[in-house]
Amino acid sequence: MTFSLAELMVCAASRSFNDDGEVLATGIGLLPRLAASLAMRTSNPDMMMTDSQSFMLSKPNPVSGMTSHEGQANENWMGFARIFDNVWSGARHALVGPSQVDRFGQTNIAALGGTYETPKVQLLGVRGFPGNSISHANSFFVPKHSTRVFVEGECDVVCSIGYNPERLPKGYSFDDIDIRRVITDLCVMDFNGPNKQMRVISLHPGVPLSEVHENTGFELAVSDDIGETEAPTDEQLQIISELDPLNFRAKQLKDNPPGVRSAA
Amino acid sequence: MNKCVSAAEAVSAVKSGMTIGIGGWGPRRKPMALVRELLRSDVDDLTVVAYGGADVGLLCAAGKVSKVVYAFVSLDFMPLEPAFRKTRESGAIEVREIDEGMMLLGLRAAAWGSPFIPTRTGLGTDVVTRNPDLKLVDSPYDDKAWVAMPALNLDVALIHATRADERGVCEIASPDHYMDDWFARASAHTIVSVDEMVDSTYFNDPEVARRVFWERNVTSQVVHLEGGAHPSSSDPLYGFDVSHYKTYGGLIAEGGYAAWADAFLGDSEADYQSKVGGLDAIHQLPLPAY
Repeated sequence: MTFSLAELMVCAASRSFNDDGEVLATGIGLLPRLAASLAMRTSNPDMMMTDSQSFMLSKPNPVSGMTSHEGQANENWMGFARIFDNVWSGARHALVGPSQVDRFGQTNIAALGGTYETPKVQLLGVRGFPGNSISHANSFFVPKHSTRVFVEGECDVVCSIGYNPERLPKGYSFDDIDIRRVITDLCVMDFNGPNKQMRVISLHPGVPLSEVHENTGFELAVSDDIGETEAPTDEQLQIISELDPLNFRAKQLKDNPPGVRSAA
Repeated sequence: MNKCVSAAEAVSAVKSGMTIGIGGWGPRRKPMALVRELLRSDVDDLTVVAYGGADVGLLCAAGKVSKVVYAFVSLDFMPLEPAFRKTRESGAIEVREIDEGMMLLGLRAAAWGSPFIPTRTGLGTDVVTRNPDLKLVDSPYDDKAWVAMPALNLDVALIHATRADERGVCEIASPDHYMDDWFARASAHTIVSVDEMVDSTYFNDPEVARRVFWERNVTSQVVHLEGGAHPSSSDPLYGFDVSHYKTYGGLIAEGGYAAWADAFLGDSEADYQSKVGGLDAIHQLPLPAY
């Protein structure tokens, strides 16, 4: 079956939840949420998810076509204050889409350019990134792999702790920080290079490694057994279409490219 | 005891230079009618603590604010709040950026009379390097660094609830009361606007009593403002007004605060509501589904 790049990325991202067991998975944005939902429906049925509002669900809601929360599979109330009880317990894995990621795995969603006092572009603010990053596992979803996202220096505003020896707090080691996977439109990476260096572990079908290097503002390690990103199975594609009946996933990446580049 | 007052009377408790907390979250259950009353007043130099939406955006754009304590200012479906963005990029306001959970801790510290609550949150990030109000402390029990999240003591809290009786027993019937209970408890003076006034016997139903998240002695004043959360939502009564937020975004982008105020603020809440289509239209706004 043919598949889109968005679907390939969703499946790659969903694998980052495979071994999590009973943790709260939070995917921020349509494709990350689809990835978490897919994992809960396939590889990790023990996973926990909310309705993005105030209830924990036994079965993920669709990411498109929802007109009401009536009748959803609630299992417990989970208001925003209670989310922090979960966050600080560590039993959570967030899949988020930062605007900048630096070589330490530090990220930024707060502001870009200028100075801190007068940024060129005010974004969201740090939101929950500081607490998430020091408390539980995090993975990153980057729809457009470029040097604008993977910046040469440090992030303009460091919103999440990464593997930066200069910023490591007293009494902490890199073992206290848990950044899992980075899924982009070109490849999948982790932080298992030397000294927690960001490392390419698979390339999407048809993507040359040189393109990943050219679009990254810093040196990347490359896995010895680098391979091709696993293609979605028919079962995964079927479940994705059930979770996204209106095919909103087709609108997330510019021009909705195919998953295998040579097929373009 | 009858705590019911008019919006103007309630908001007269807010003086220039005060620290105010605003309940709700982004585009949801914001005490917008009280905020509009503040916009009509001559108060300024405020410090605002909030999970911010257009409440923070409007107050900033109107020049009422000198400092914002925030983790985000966003309308969710419009990720960047247009008025806050403009003000922040101009450098006109001081900012004290903290994590969403740190705000909860700061409000709890204030509510409990603690000077701070220790947390790991913020370590290794620009929250601790950029925010001069945050200090690291040593723990007597381990050798690690801890962030001492200071109490966010509020002079006045503004909250929008679903229903209240005249003594200040407040029901939040929405699926989430967010951190509103902590805003109420962290504040020396708590003003609650509500869509509906009820008789005290309404609370005799235990299901309803479970939707009361703070005791009546925490409520200082009650203001009956039906539709008072507009354009934010007051679930289950009405959703947020996507169309108005878009109009607001356009006006702010083109003509700044004055353009929005000229078109919509009016000289009373009734005047405002007539400009946005009236109460019936507000009640027709669909609840969001995610």
